Amino acid sequence: MSRIKNAFKGPAFIAFTVAGDPDYATSIMIAQTLIRSGADILELGIPFSDPVGDGPVIQRSDERALSAGATTDKAFALVREIRKESEVPVVLLVYCNTVYSREPARFYREAKDAGVDGILVVDMPAEEAGMVMDHAQETGIEQIFTVTPTTPPDRVKKIANLAGGFLYLVSLSGVTGKRETLSEAARPLIRRVREQTKMPLALGFGIADEVQARQAVEAGADGVIVGSAIVEIIERNAGDPERLERELAEFTARMKAAVRNVPGGS
Amino acid sequence: MKKGRFGAYGGQFVPETLMAALAALEEGQKTICRSREFQDELALYLTEYAGRETPLTFCRNVSDDMGCRVYLKREDLLHGGAHKLNNTLGQALLARHMGKKRLIAETGAGQHGVATAIAGAVLGLPVEVYMGETDCTRQHLNVVRMELMGATVIPVSCGTATLKDAVNEAMRDWAASSEDSAYILGSVVGPHPYPRMVRDFQTVIGKEARRQILEREERLPDAVIACVGGGSNAIGIFYPFLGDDVALTGVEAGGRGIEPGEHGASLGHGRPGILHGALSYLLQDDDGQVLGTHSIAAGLDYPSVGPEHSMLRDTGRVRYESVRDKEVLEAFRYLSRREGIVPALESAHAVAYLLRERDRFEKDDIVIINLSGRGDKDITREVVHEQN
Ligand SMILES: Cc1ncc(COP(=O)(O)O)c(C=O)c1O
Repeated sequence: MSRIKNAFKGPAFIAFTVAGDPDYATSIMIAQTLIRSGADILELGIPFSDPVGDGPVIQRSDERALSAGATTDKAFALVREIRKESEVPVVLLVYCNTVYSREPARFYREAKDAGVDGILVVDMPAEEAGMVMDHAQETGIEQIFTVTPTTPPDRVKKIANLAGGFLYLVSLSGVTGKRETLSEAARPLIRRVREQTKMPLALGFGIADEVQARQAVEAGADGVIVGSAIVEIIERNAGDPERLERELAEFTARMKAAVRNVPGGS
Repeated sequence: MKKGRFGAYGGQFVPETLMAALAALEEGQKTICRSREFQDELALYLTEYAGRETPLTFCRNVSDDMGCRVYLKREDLLHGGAHKLNNTLGQALLARHMGKKRLIAETGAGQHGVATAIAGAVLGLPVEVYMGETDCTRQHLNVVRMELMGATVIPVSCGTATLKDAVNEAMRDWAASSEDSAYILGSVVGPHPYPRMVRDFQTVIGKEARRQILEREERLPDAVIACVGGGSNAIGIFYPFLGDDVALTGVEAGGRGIEPGEHGASLGHGRPGILHGALSYLLQDDDGQVLGTHSIAAGLDYPSVGPEHSMLRDTGRVRYESVRDKEVLEAFRYLSRREGIVPALESAHAVAYLLRERDRFEKDDIVIINLSGRGDKDITREVVHEQN
């Protein structure tokens, strides 16, 4: 069984952080803390100069990482670092030019060697995936795709046929960033995608607290993805590694508990 | 060829959230824009409102100086002061037909923002324009013009605070608002169908120029020169000449020099990469991070270029050259003094190329320069005086 599939045996908590934010060394500690505190999957962003899919919080995270010298090589090194002590699945979240500029064949090979399990290319819809699918196949890396409230049913089918690992359901129309409540579009999205595929469904975008996480699982999500809320903790405590570690550990543990203790959750 | 491609270039490299909006736009373009009714309506706006057709002006003094026959295609005389209105009237009309309630746009020099503000005002649609903070300062006159026409200007401070970042913000807005908002993209860049749609709206420039020069000279020109930012005025004038034996030259921003960050010449110094939804020549580092750019002309201060230009570069059908800021300033003053025509700093790039390369042309050669816009927005003490 693949590491990703294994992570969805119960409702999964998926934690996102940007490789190299606020700097490489701290970012290793952050990844390890998230894993140790219960993240079932680690989603690792490779920072990009022009993250059009992201709101201000993750934009700033990318900027911090890049100005601290983050590179694709270092992101792979971070994955190797994680692999020294953990088998938790790692999914890379990247923008297309990061893959394209390194050449997809080389990017996938190096990712695989580092221990990456899945890759989601934010700005690569199914129509453009020809560039990477063969390499995903050859390396055994699962190609993750997003489905959004604006994705019509025939596209959902097409995407699900192409996708590996799990489907990343984007709970709202827009960019990443914390929201006060679970998006109204989330429930109907989960319901209609569930009818079309048996793949695990992980809901992300906007989810910031236990209430929303629990609601997502109650609505049928197999996993909950949290990004901006984690990155905010990093931003707030960038100067104080000890407090950063503590807050991240507490937050992750709470979210994990919320996701796992849903009555009726699968 | 794959859908929305120009050779290998172009495509739809956007988050899934935008795919439905792009599909709707493509459908609208196919059905609505091709209808007789739409075309008649647009033609009416372009003539009696925007002032088409624009003149093709023979420049006696410049011709004497250059030793060839020099014509200017006068997009500077289009309402709003640049070619941008050809595109915004088309896209805004389409948006209204598609039932959109709000227009968003990015702008660099402010000309596309102004042209969107104009289209929004006359068609009764509210307009919000993203503009890099750096550009808000250096093109302040256009900020005021947009606001005067009822548009809201949203300064963008992230990244390099120029055109590229304004596009990022506009795309983020659109990802959340596409149900009721139309994104009026200002050049032949972005995901399919924008590069094709904007080109189709801008080819009116080349169609007119071709007819005008045939009437005036009874033959085709030897050369057509245009500046290239995203490439909309250039493709607009080049397109109808692509099948002819006419030398086509696009002039990019050479800025202060060829070092990374000092220019905007993506076709000259970039390599293929993906930004803002399309694969095209891109200024980037070894890791694919997009590089900063510099140009004295805010409208050319952009690290990528329309995908069709990337194809035309590779096939060799169009030559792409660049000129430096210093040459641009000289051309700006030169055209003002010799012909009484103050060009936009963007357009002055095309003039500067002719000034530098005049020896390439023979006495009877006919050269058309696309004067994409007027320079009122650029008149500052620094630009006007010689010490630069
Ligand atoms: C007068 C003028 N010319 C040219 C440009 C560059 O755009 P494009 O290359 O799409 O024509 C601009 C952009 O702002 C402009 O204002």
